[in-house]
Formats: sequence, C-alpha cells, structure tokens
Amino acid sequence: MKLPLSLHRLWAIVAKEFIQLRRDRITFAMMVGIPVMQLVLFGFAINTDPKHLPTVVLDADQSAYSRSFSAGLENSGYFHVLPYSGGIAQAEQDMAVGTIQFIVSIPADFSRRLTRGEKPAVLVEADASDPAATGNALAALANLNQTVLSHDLTGPLARLNGTPPPFKIRVQRNYNPEGITQYNIVPGLMGTILTMTMIMMTGMAVTRELERGTLENLLAMPVHPLEVMIGKIIPYIMVGYIQVVVILTAAYFLFHVPIAGSLPLLLACVLIFLAANLAVGMMFSTIAKSQLQAMQMTFFFFLPSMLLSGFMFPFRGMPEWAQVIGAGLPLTHFLRIVRGIMLKGNGWAETWPNVWPLLVFMAVVLTIGLKRYRRTLD
Amino acid sequence: MSEALLIDVHELSKSFNGKRAVNGLSLQVRRGEIFGFLGPNGSGKTTSIRMLCGLLTPDSGSGTCLDFDVLTQSREIKKQVGYMTQRFSFYEDLSIRENLDFVARMYGMANRRGVVEQAMTGLGLADRREQLAGTLSGGWKQRLALAACMLHQPRLLLLDEPTAGVDPKARRDFWDEIHRLAGQGIGVLVSTHYMDEAARCHRLGYIAYGDLLASGTPDELLAASRLVSFNVQGSDLALGERLKALPGVEQVVAMGHVYSVSGEDGERIRQSLSGIEGLRFEPAETGLEQVFIQLMERTPEKTR
Repeated sequence: MKLPLSLHRLWAIVAKEFIQLRRDRITFAMMVGIPVMQLVLFGFAINTDPKHLPTVVLDADQSAYSRSFSAGLENSGYFHVLPYSGGIAQAEQDMAVGTIQFIVSIPADFSRRLTRGEKPAVLVEADASDPAATGNALAALANLNQTVLSHDLTGPLARLNGTPPPFKIRVQRNYNPEGITQYNIVPGLMGTILTMTMIMMTGMAVTRELERGTLENLLAMPVHPLEVMIGKIIPYIMVGYIQVVVILTAAYFLFHVPIAGSLPLLLACVLIFLAANLAVGMMFSTIAKSQLQAMQMTFFFFLPSMLLSGFMFPFRGMPEWAQVIGAGLPLTHFLRIVRGIMLKGNGWAETWPNVWPLLVFMAVVLTIGLKRYRRTLD
Repeated sequence: MSEALLIDVHELSKSFNGKRAVNGLSLQVRRGEIFGFLGPNGSGKTTSIRMLCGLLTPDSGSGTCLDFDVLTQSREIKKQVGYMTQRFSFYEDLSIRENLDFVARMYGMANRRGVVEQAMTGLGLADRREQLAGTLSGGWKQRLALAACMLHQPRLLLLDEPTAGVDPKARRDFWDEIHRLAGQGIGVLVSTHYMDEAARCHRLGYIAYGDLLASGTPDELLAASRLVSFNVQGSDLALGERLKALPGVEQVVAMGHVYSVSGEDGERIRQSLSGIEGLRFEPAETGLEQVFIQLMERTPEKTR
C-alpha cells in the first residue's frame, strides 16, 4: 500500500497550527522569553569567565625574572596580584577563607637555576572548589611561561626562549582536582532550551486536541497520521529556529562565544536536532492523556537530558552506565556538535559521528509515535 | 438494492473493557431518509454512530456504509460522510472562516474560497466570519458545525445529538435544513432525546443497553406499542398518585392541569376512570414519548 499522503491535508494542518500558535500569545511569548531569560541568568548571573582574581605571589627569589613573571600574571587579565607580606601558612589560611584565589610560589633559587637552563618550576595553587571560576585563569597560565620572559632572556640566554619553555609551571588544584571546560554554558544552553521547549510544545499539541475534543473531528476526517504529525512539527521547527537565532545572536554579541565553524552546517544540525525533539514530543502526546501528563513526561525526559548529556557534568567523568544512557539522548550528541562547530571549528567530517545517532534516534521515536497514534477512538 | 441503501450493517457489536456497549446492531438507512436514533443516555447511540463513520472498529459484525466495508474501508467512508459530534469539536481559537477553511483543505476541495464563502452565506454566518468559534452561542456553534460537516458534500450525514442545548427556533431551522438536505438525496442518521424531533424523522430506531429494541416509522411504532391514551382532569390535588394506582394504567404524565394516562388495555382504563367521581376524561392521541417510556420500562437493566 502506498503512503496516501497529500500536501493539501498537510498544509491544512500546518496553517491551522500557525493560526493557533498566533492566537496563543502567552505560549509564543514564553517560547521567545525562555531563551532570553535563561541566557541572562546563565550568562550574566553565572559568570563563566571571571577575571582579576585575587592572587598572592610568594617571591623567595626577588629577581628581575620573578618580577617579570608577576607582571605577566597581572597583564594576562586573570590575576590581580595583591601586595602581601605573610608567609605560606597565612596565604593558605586566606585561601581557605576565600579571600584569595591563587598562591604563586617562586622558589629562592629560581633565577639561578633558570639561567643555568635547569628549567625550574613555579608552583601555582588554585582554589578550584568552583572549577569554573579558575578554569580560564589556569588556561591562561599555560602559555605564560613561554612568553613572559622573552624580553629578559636576551644575549647568551636567548637560547632558553621558545619550546621547551625556560621554566615550568606546576598547577595544583586545591579542593577539586577536576576542571570543567569553558564556553560550555552558552552553546550547551541552546541544546537544553530547545529540548525543553520543543518537547513540551509538541507534547501538548496533540493532547490539546484530545482534551478539547477536537481530536474526534480530526479523526473523522480522511487524514493520515503522518500528515498530522509532520503538519504539527513544521510550525514548531520555525519556532525552534527563532529560538536558535535569539540564542546565537546573544552568544555572539553578548557573550562573545566564537563561532569558529560553518554557520550553515550548525543550522543544518539544528534542524535534525529540532526534528528529533519534536518527534519525542509527538510520541509523548500519543501516550499522555492530558496536557498536564504531557508536561510531566517532558520533565521526565528533560532532567536526564540535562544531567547526563554533559551539559552540567563532564561526560567522561560519569560512570559507565550513565554514559550509556547519556549516549542515547539527543542532547548529548547535539552538545558535542554545537561545541565542536562553534568552539573547535569542526567541519562535516568531524560532525557526522554525532549526527547519525540523532537520525537513528529520530527514526525510532517517530516509528513508535506513528504506531501509537490513534487512528480511531478505540 | 444496495443502490439505495446508504447504511446497511448487520450484527455490529462493540465492547469496552468487557462491557458490551453495542450488541448486534443491524441498521439500514436509505437515500433521502432521515433516520432517528433514540435511546436513554449511555445506551450505545454514540458508539454506534462512531462505528459507522470509522472512528471505532466493531468487534464483530459486518456491513457497508456508502458501499464501503465498515471494517476495512473506513478511510473511504470518512471521505464521503459528514459527522457532527455531540460535543462541539471544531477549533475554538480559530474563527468561523478559518475553521471552514481548515475543513475545506482537509478534504482537498477545489475552489476552496468559493466553497467556504458559499457555506458561510448559506447558513447566515457571513457577517460573523472573523469571529472566534469559541465565542459563539450554542445555536451558532451548531450551525457552524453543520456547515463544516456539509462542506465536502457528503452523501451521508451522521449527527450525534446535534440540537442538545439549542433553543426551539434554532432547532426548527436546523430540522428544516436537515429536511432540505434529505430532499436532495442525502441520508441522515440523527440521534436525539427530543420527541418532537423524533416525530420529524422518516424512520426511528430505539436502542437501549446496546440492543436495538424497535425500529420503524413513527406510525408503525405507535401502532406496535398498542398504547391507548386519555386526557384526564379532576379537582383532586393528589390525582396523579391515584391515577397511577388504577388497574390498567401504565403511565401517567402531568401536563399542567391535565393528566395524560395511557396503557395497553384501553377498555380497562376507561372502566377504572369511570369509577372515580368528578373526573372528566376523553380519548387522546398517544405520543412517541409514551411509546419510548414503555420500551424503556420493559427492558430491565441487565447486570453485566
């Protein structure tokens, strides 16, 4: 039997959904308002890139080199070197209280061993109880030893410049040895917001017909389930894209998240992700008996998506079983895609390994939804 | 023969969770015929109608609707049937025009605008076209629903209590419209609780507890009931109770100052009434209501 799909029926549903969407001002306002609100909360209230962090430099060397290093810390923008007269014990006490974030210890024989080419080490202790707070600063440290002394090392000492750097920086993350990669929040937020709003909106789209009694009429018409499903999905894809544009604009102009990769590729992947989530909503709506139930199911799905996808916690830090569950969630793959494209500048080849799981997921969910869709009132 | 029969089903049954909702329903509706479907609440009327238009799949039985098999060809049936649900089931957040537009698109009608415009004018909805359906009164909603389910020019109309909660004038207009459509050769199956509406049907079927207990023209049903009625007037305030106790009297209905008394044995009622002082009584016409009350009382609710 050939699929008796027809464009005019599909369009009938698309047009109807659009009108209903337009009439439902509150929902529409919410769809646009949620990304803005979340972005402001996550983006501004939670500063992921704090600068001028209070730093103490315990300089036992007191040489030109050690002073250059201190200046280099200050110049990086992440460290604010405080005048300090106490010892290491006092400094560690201050760190426990939380008044200073970094302790930099420069050993007494630093300049002597440096000029001998022995590559001495500088110890940086960081208060990593909030890893997000120190992450970027520590990242900035990594390059510092390569460049900070280039003006001091001249003449016969010039050979010490370049790789390997003239001295080592040993980082010690106090209180929390794990760090979290940065720039995660805003791209990650795009995935989480889309997951929540898309599933919720479509989840309610069919149950609304059931609740209001209009489903009986819809079923009495000669319409194929796939026409209803796709017809209801298309308007929300448009809404999803509005959200994406809002988020990307804010990410780029407000939070200066780079978009290193191709924007069209990103938008194409967004389409697949949107469709996958809408299919989930559709499937839920064939199971839920009321809009409230659809909402509850949305959160049932949303919570693990948020927790196990790598949005909140590093994916590789989770136990094996949690990673298995996480790998089954579309958000996990979408986060990798978005971060890959936006931050790493990934192309199609690097993106594909996370695209096909989305397609498989969508196919499975859509099939279940179609199987469960009521053709009759039985 | 099947040429003229729009509905021809035999022994349709349907159960929900082991409860028999419809039990062996056989029904024939011809072209141009208005078939009234009567019965108490929960008797299986809605279930029967839903089976006919493909919204429910019968558990057993066979038959055709518009020459399509009710069990396997529900898609074809849906294309040519107009179904009006008991509860208003168009979109309340869409305007009248948008609702009709939606239906016209769903049935893939050529000249959609023209058809919608014509439907709105035909039912006097034209100047309310942009009003949201949810803000319409009961009568207007029902007009809209009828216009919408007639839009694709179905050959058969299935109307499930279309006039519940609608004022008398709107009901009469509605039935005039039904008769006009029947005059064009459309078959109509309509369920109702109103006896005046039942009287306007060509044929009637009475269903209770899932069984079709009687069917025929209103006159046939009246004759088959063998009920004889009298109008009784008297000064006794408790007359109603006394009349009910009289031998031969099966039903007593108070209508203002007059009591309508009926039973199958007219002679016995006459004797009983003659035995009471100060009563005035005269033979009266039996109404369909009495017939259906009689049918209802004869079928004790089965334990299931």
